[in-house]
Amino acid sequence: MSADDPFEAIKQTFFLECEELLTDLEASVTALTFGDGDGETINAAFRAIHSIKGGAGAFGLEELVRFAHVFETYMDELRSGRKTCDETAIRAMLHASDVLADHVSFARGLIPSMDEERSQTVANDLRALMDDGGPVGAAAPTPGPSLDPIEAEFDFKPVMFDFGDTTSVPDDVTPEGWIITFKPHIRLYETGNEPALLLRELARLGPCQISLDTSELVALADLGEPSACLSWTIELDAPVELESITEIFEFVEGECDLVILPKGNSAAFVEESSAGDVDIAALLAAATAPAPAAPATDEVDIQALLAMATAAAVPAPAADAPAPVASVTPTAPAPSAPSTKAAAPSGNASAAAGGQASIRVDLDRIDKLINVVGELVIQQAMLAQSVAECGLAASSTVKVGLEDLEQLSREIQDSVMAIRAQPVKSVFQRMPRLVREVAEMTGKNVRLITEGEATEVDKTVVDRLAEPITHMIRNAIDHGLEDAEGRTASGKPKEGTIRLAALHRSGRIVIEVSDDGRGINRERVRKIAIDRGLISADANLSNEETDNLIFLPGFSTADSVSDISGRGVGMDVVRRSIQQLGGRISIASTPGKGSVFTMSLPLTLAVLDGMVVRAGGQTLLSPLSSIIESFTPKEGDLHRIGARDWVIRFRDRFLPLIDTGRVLGFAGPDAPEITGRDGIAIVVENEGGSQVALWVDDIQGQRQVVIKSLETNYRKVDGISAATILGDGRVALILDIDALVVLGRQQANQSEFKIAS
Amino acid sequence: MSDPLNTPEDAQQELMAFMAGGQEFCVDIMAIREIRGWTAATPLPKTPGYMKGVINLRGTILPILDLSARLGLGMCEPSGRNVIMVVQIANRSVGLLVDSVSEIIMVKANEIQPAPSVAMDEMKALIMGIIPVGQRLLSLLDVNLVLPEVEVEAA
Repeated sequence: MSADDPFEAIKQTFFLECEELLTDLEASVTALTFGDGDGETINAAFRAIHSIKGGAGAFGLEELVRFAHVFETYMDELRSGRKTCDETAIRAMLHASDVLADHVSFARGLIPSMDEERSQTVANDLRALMDDGGPVGAAAPTPGPSLDPIEAEFDFKPVMFDFGDTTSVPDDVTPEGWIITFKPHIRLYETGNEPALLLRELARLGPCQISLDTSELVALADLGEPSACLSWTIELDAPVELESITEIFEFVEGECDLVILPKGNSAAFVEESSAGDVDIAALLAAATAPAPAAPATDEVDIQALLAMATAAAVPAPAADAPAPVASVTPTAPAPSAPSTKAAAPSGNASAAAGGQASIRVDLDRIDKLINVVGELVIQQAMLAQSVAECGLAASSTVKVGLEDLEQLSREIQDSVMAIRAQPVKSVFQRMPRLVREVAEMTGKNVRLITEGEATEVDKTVVDRLAEPITHMIRNAIDHGLEDAEGRTASGKPKEGTIRLAALHRSGRIVIEVSDDGRGINRERVRKIAIDRGLISADANLSNEETDNLIFLPGFSTADSVSDISGRGVGMDVVRRSIQQLGGRISIASTPGKGSVFTMSLPLTLAVLDGMVVRAGGQTLLSPLSSIIESFTPKEGDLHRIGARDWVIRFRDRFLPLIDTGRVLGFAGPDAPEITGRDGIAIVVENEGGSQVALWVDDIQGQRQVVIKSLETNYRKVDGISAATILGDGRVALILDIDALVVLGRQQANQSEFKIAS
Repeated sequence: MSDPLNTPEDAQQELMAFMAGGQEFCVDIMAIREIRGWTAATPLPKTPGYMKGVINLRGTILPILDLSARLGLGMCEPSGRNVIMVVQIANRSVGLLVDSVSEIIMVKANEIQPAPSVAMDEMKALIMGIIPVGQRLLSLLDVNLVLPEVEVEAA
């Protein structure tokens, strides 16, 4: 994948768009699942699938196109109201959107192989649904796996198409031709579309009689504001499907009046209307005194056509004989189909207008901006300090100006940080699918409730949240929730509930995964922990401590390793990935009522809460997330074990003590031993969950700092995770607790070796 | 950076002359990003003796290398009179601590003589050639080689 290949770059953009479109699709389908979807929701889903298909076609991703085409066709049935959107339909959509997402991932190279069988099954399910209940559909050929989408769209065979009303259209009839009235709006021209190209496309479908209507053309003298005055009437003499025609006009949707009538039929298909463009029309009306007829037609067209449709006769099977208007059998579905279609573009247009404008920016650029702004804040603080040293009066213009500057720079910093902030929605939206899959595998009935989707957090954090959340939800369904019988037995509703919530709390983001299952079986947890040698048999643990045992490495409560959550990784992996993000995880469980897992994470990875300490004469930062406690040791708390190892008493336990300054080499080998110096012990927990104490000279306070990489200009340094710049402009190093522990151990071993030799 | 030894005979090259460990050196001026006064560096643990530490260069962490120590000419005890030359090595910026910078000299490619075989390994490895200027002798330094560990990573 070379970045230099422009085609590849476009393809990457396409995949990014796919990601967004799939999210939209999932959102739409989820809305439908909860019953709060309407026609526009189905439309949104249709558009998403259609856009994916369109892009995929351009990149020659055949498999993807093939599947998307089937899905799209089905969605079209739904949006036109030909098929009802019931539970079966929603289930099919859920499956189909999952498979579509897989196809995209496969095309992108994110997953190694594609489950073709599943794709086929789902596609066939969709086809079966389309064939159901429609005589036309039943007669249509069921395209096999070798369905070529291009062929399906452009050959002249009727493929699963009916005319919007199966009750009134006799079987297997495609009109011999179509009469299309096409009146572009000014916006069509403004967006750079060319009617001639559209007409040429039409002509490709079959012989066309195109006539230009110039009646609305105003005299040159009266020509004021630019306006669209031309319209075309096209008689297409070919028995093509309506779809082939609408496809041509797809990209000018909402930018023209389009009326498509089957030749010789009186039933009207209003494909497009300008309902959504009233504002433009109104503007035109206001701007040009001799208003071109366009504004008027907006309303009139629909009205007239609706009236026409309502009064429509059953289209005569003999296409060339115009159906007598008199023999009216006003069937209800007949007008409903066109009216739905007429409404669609209006919703589309309003959605487009309501959508917020956004731009895609390279992350690097934002990071650069954040860096510069961070430096601005430091520089400002340094300047303020120098000015303060000059002893100027508080009311002096310099001081007042500096205060304003401080305000401004803080504001800039906050706004810049906000750019990177993203709602957790993108992660939360992936979860319904996971819940469905796991629920299916375990045979449990599960309902997922998400809250606080709009909660914002730094993009890097969002990206790395998916894994722990996925794992916790899997765990909650697999281990937390009882099966249906178990639930009924304990008087709970059959359907289990998993709640996924995000909220902001004191400058951090808190994510909760809760279930209403059986809760943690403390007896069993205790027993397993003793069996695995994780705790001693006589350990006296509080309920909370017992619950937290499940985070220990090598702990798995599942009796048998299940396919879902027992993949050799346990909650310790979840805890580790959260700790890597500078977060903490805790559990609260009530037996019989359920468990709540709470993760608390920093809002951004660019800044870090740290404890400023001094060791070996250097200022260092210890990440706050790994600090448990700090204390000044009393007489008799420190003990030497072996040649150089020290231990410290902490709550009746002895922890290994690491002399920070010495391990990092800041204090020379001739520096006095720990006992010869005043100092403070900081108890920290490493990734494995074991505790050690760090010996430092002094604690200077707590501070939030911006993380700067050492690797940018130098390389990784043992025992140091990164650097930061303190308020005085000096660089301070951030301790890498885990590496420090390892270093301490190595040094102890080395020195023992030296002594031995 | 162009290779001064392979440029045409009459091509002029601009070099920055400076003092380090009491001797005169020069580097291709195109490698130098800026020159600034000495500020105390934060020492890095577990690094070779010539690594003085890191400083804050407008928000980026800049490693500082004691060129005198690197060339085996003894550690430099920096004071306010010392100078840091910020050079670009591949895509990294590195600060070279030197005694002082003196002037910019223009040399033709044919004025650069190959480095004589000298005993000191550090010197031999880093010197691309020597340039006599009047009574003085300047050693042309290859800045790409001053950070050995980075060089290994980049390769």
